[in-house]
Amino acid sequence: MEATLTAPHILQPAKTERDFRTENLSIYYGTYEAVKGISLPFPEKSVTALIGPSGCGKSTFLRSLNRMNDEISGSTSKGSIWIDGVDINASGTDVIKLRQKIGMVWQKPNPFYKSIYENIAFGPKYHGVKGKKALDEIVESSLRRAALWDEVKDRLKESALALSGGQQQRLCIARALSVNPQILLLDEPASALDPVSTGKVEELIKELKEQLRIVIVTHNMQQAARISDFTAYFYLGQLIEYGMTEKVFTNPENTMTQEYIMGRFG
Amino acid sequence: MRVQNNETMRVQSSKSRIEKHHIEDLVGRSYMSFCVLLLIVSIVSMVYFVTSRGISTFAIDKVSISDFFFGTTWSPEGDHPSFGALPFIAGSFITTLLAALIASPLSICAALFMTEIVPGWGKKLLQPVIELLSGIPSVVYGFVGLSVIVPFLRNVFPGQGIGVAAGALVLSVMILPTITSVAVDALSTLPRNLKESSFALGATRWQTIARVIIPTTLPAIMTGVVLGMARAFGEALAVQMVIGNAPFIPTSLFESASTLTSVITLGMGNTTMGSPHNNALWSMALVLMLMTFLFVFVVRMLEKRRSI
Ligand SMILES: Nc1ncnc2c1ncn2[C@@H]1O[C@H](COP(=O)(O)OP(=O)(O)OP(=O)(O)O)[C@@H](O)[C@H]1O
Ligand SMILES: [Mg+2]
Repeated sequence: MEATLTAPHILQPAKTERDFRTENLSIYYGTYEAVKGISLPFPEKSVTALIGPSGCGKSTFLRSLNRMNDEISGSTSKGSIWIDGVDINASGTDVIKLRQKIGMVWQKPNPFYKSIYENIAFGPKYHGVKGKKALDEIVESSLRRAALWDEVKDRLKESALALSGGQQQRLCIARALSVNPQILLLDEPASALDPVSTGKVEELIKELKEQLRIVIVTHNMQQAARISDFTAYFYLGQLIEYGMTEKVFTNPENTMTQEYIMGRFG
Repeated sequence: MRVQNNETMRVQSSKSRIEKHHIEDLVGRSYMSFCVLLLIVSIVSMVYFVTSRGISTFAIDKVSISDFFFGTTWSPEGDHPSFGALPFIAGSFITTLLAALIASPLSICAALFMTEIVPGWGKKLLQPVIELLSGIPSVVYGFVGLSVIVPFLRNVFPGQGIGVAAGALVLSVMILPTITSVAVDALSTLPRNLKESSFALGATRWQTIARVIIPTTLPAIMTGVVLGMARAFGEALAVQMVIGNAPFIPTSLFESASTLTSVITLGMGNTTMGSPHNNALWSMALVLMLMTFLFVFVVRMLEKRRSI
């Protein structure tokens, strides 16, 4: 088994200030090791897709990147997560500040039970943005970035729950963008959406990657192939293969990767 | 030949099985219909009974509706009886509202403690306490109120200790478990990702509780508050033990007063059926019943709003 693992030799990026990567990151639920010593880089202006069978630790890994696993009692971690030259997995990290840098969107759209406007203004208000004008601007620019502005600009005061599922998901993306993160974490963001909405979300991801780094978990191989630049294949908490998406999908080094991708494509 | 025999036997047995099913089904259905019918009949007859008795104050004894609802003098016996029920209606509303005001924040805090702040041992510790509290008979609450709360109030505040404040305090303890358990249910059905979305935007735990968790669950929590108020409004025994039972509108929290329920329980045994006094008590029972309907209606409305 060990022998078949690809040595992640490509995982030695230059340690610059603008670095974002994990180093030997292990995550435990109690004594169960759900993620086993994973080192992965997340290059600038790129989409990294995490793929692998159910229960292999994709969500666990993703959630650890903004320390969301802190909210789960019994969850601990080892190793480092480097952002801008700082190990944010160290114990003294200001988690609140950190999370401003890293947006997150889940599988099921989950707008707050508030108006569209209030959903977007929620985060900025906590980060000291004051005054109606400043908030108005952030609301508009966030909604524009999420390609939702034209659809909702006349109904900003209406409940966010009145939007369609696809619109709600884009609203959640806009909400995540409202605090101007450098990194966006997406956990199966389109798997609860219809094909048209999925297309819109994918389009959006492609546009957004010009501005920030995106890490996306997906079960949809076509989607991973369409939108990601790098792909990481997880199996039972281990990183089996990592590389350029094209390479991983057309000519994987590991047979396990190949079987998984073929199986999911077929 | 043998094959054929087998065949017919199989057909027969399956036929009798079907019939057995039919019979079971029929018996089950009739039993269930009977139970439902019994339930409907008893509810309808109770409503009819209370209503017909309740309106005889106005129809037979010719008490004017405004005298009953807004009159402040209650002297049901004698040559010139007066049936002003306002003191009791006011007493019921004041104690109920005060109890809800005291109990709601405490219950919500307890529920947040159990679900958000220390979900592990907080829930393990408090859940049995809450269940125990709701199982204690009301006479025990009244007794504790009489021997603990009343002396305390007497020592600290002016007055006899007995009165509106004592009644409201006893009631608030009694409705605490109702509101808390509804609030706990509401809080634990909140999708985890909703909370995490708030954390992910850099909100702290307290900001998340105040701005996301409480607003989202408020309609459900309000259901608990209304259910608690319904219980407080209908509670008789414990209140009667500590409120003083004076037929006046209280002008301070530490004065004696009465509630609809306490007047009914105290008066029912001492009046003859059909007398104006007795009828007036039925009218108050009618008011209680209508209030209960109102509470149920409000709960329904809240539930409806929640499901949108
Ligand atoms: N809160 C938790 N407590 C304990 N174990 C957990 C918890 N969450 C996940 N796990 C376990 O950790 C492992 C990885 O789970 P994770 O959710 O990261 O998988 P996943 O790759 O995202 O799967 P899926 O594709 O189904 O979403 C699984 O074995 C799971 O049972
Ligand atoms: Mg997952």
